[in-house]
Amino acid sequence: MKKVKTLTNSTLKESMKKGGCGECQTSCQSACKTSCTVGNQSCENASR
Amino acid sequence: MDVNSGAVHVVDDVVYDAIALLKEDMPETDKPAGIPEELEKRVRNQLADEYGYGSQDIEDAMSDIQELIGREELFTRDVYQNYVIDFKKRKTVVKALCLHIAHDCNLACRYCFAEEGEYHGRRALMSFEVGKKALDFLIANSGSRRHLEVDFFGGEPLMNWEVVKQLVEYGRSQEEAHDKKFRFTLTTNGVLLNDEIMEFCNREMSNVVLSLDGRREINDKMRPFRKGAGSYDLIVPKFQKFAESRGQMNYYVRGTFTRNNLDFASDVLHFADLGFKQMSIEPVVASPEEPYAIQPEDIPQILREYDRLAVEYIKRKKEGRGFNFFHFMIDLNQGPCVAKRLAGCGSGTEYLAVTPWGDLYPCHQFVGQEEFLLGNVDEGITNTELRDQFKLVNVYAKEKCRDCFARFYCSGGCAANAFHYDGSITGAYDIGCEMQKKRIECSIMIKAALAE
Repeated sequence: MKKVKTLTNSTLKESMKKGGCGECQTSCQSACKTSCTVGNQSCENASR
Repeated sequence: MDVNSGAVHVVDDVVYDAIALLKEDMPETDKPAGIPEELEKRVRNQLADEYGYGSQDIEDAMSDIQELIGREELFTRDVYQNYVIDFKKRKTVVKALCLHIAHDCNLACRYCFAEEGEYHGRRALMSFEVGKKALDFLIANSGSRRHLEVDFFGGEPLMNWEVVKQLVEYGRSQEEAHDKKFRFTLTTNGVLLNDEIMEFCNREMSNVVLSLDGRREINDKMRPFRKGAGSYDLIVPKFQKFAESRGQMNYYVRGTFTRNNLDFASDVLHFADLGFKQMSIEPVVASPEEPYAIQPEDIPQILREYDRLAVEYIKRKKEGRGFNFFHFMIDLNQGPCVAKRLAGCGSGTEYLAVTPWGDLYPCHQFVGQEEFLLGNVDEGITNTELRDQFKLVNVYAKEKCRDCFARFYCSGGCAANAFHYDGSITGAYDIGCEMQKKRIECSIMIKAALAE
């Protein structure tokens, strides 16, 4: 493509297939304690 | 950003304008589809006549857009709504506890939602027995989840340090028999921090949150000792030593900004100048009549401040002296799965707060509000009706979230903020939404800038 640089592909839809294991960190146990920061977390499921 | 697929693209002006023109009439697609002929023709004409773009530019832009649609990375449909219906029926497990190890504090922070640690109640320290029952409750209710999280919170948890150590020891002793792994974390104001505590934390705590508000005058105005003296000079050297001793990893220096420091980017940069590498600054949670509460008219300045911080953030990263600001950390490739994004923070279901006497609340922010009492560590969750209300908190339950581009990043926001501002846990905290959207924009801008 000449005019588009893709930073990331369709990761969200893909994650429906193997996601939901629940082993990831709870958002309020990280740094915030006052706002929902799910988007700032990482997935810990290496097989996803 | 294509919200529903999660794809993020950097585009030039022609593509940007073309997408904006197409967006109004382009149907969202389940599968790759062509742009309707009439629509394409109209947009091509608009790009040429109204925007003055050349024919080759338009041709390339439309070709790229069609390719993105073909890859299911543009104009995709929201396919998760049915998924969330199943989600509501799911049996939830408890995987994280916030232990209020001490309802007491040695500081008197003016904005404290815990009211100097007392949470609208009496001063109290959690006994080992109550803490042990909480860990047993967690193990028993965690199903097949292997990682269990326990945050030692307060008030100030170091005021009950011996119990913290005993509970860590007890938790570790249970790991093998139950095939669990505890992740302990500590949130502290640093006043009582010493070498022994740091050494223990470095061995046992997967993360520590160090509370400090930034510049000396900002910190000391809002975080004084009970007799009024500032806390900055005592705490900063301890935190610097602590951060270094952890290899500048697995900690956050965490501040609160209020109406008194709407120029909070200066406080973040102050952290960086003090040598910290991991940091966060959060907007204060306060009722609107407090003089330090953030007001709707403060929003434009706050948004400019995030922009100012983002520009400096990129500059320092490129100069090799970067730092991590929690709200700008977005993992575009291996971020949370959609199940997690829909479920949100898990308060009231996966995540619970435990008071010193063993009562269970949906999260630390609801502690002391009797209508949110869920149960206790002896009997478990007795108010299942309330628990089920929290199960329903997700982006599709919130009218204001449905069309928001940020919905899979904030997951509908904080239930406590929504309740305090909007009167309902499925409401929205509008001021928080504006800030959240800005932070996501900045995060993506940073990714794009650093990818150049």
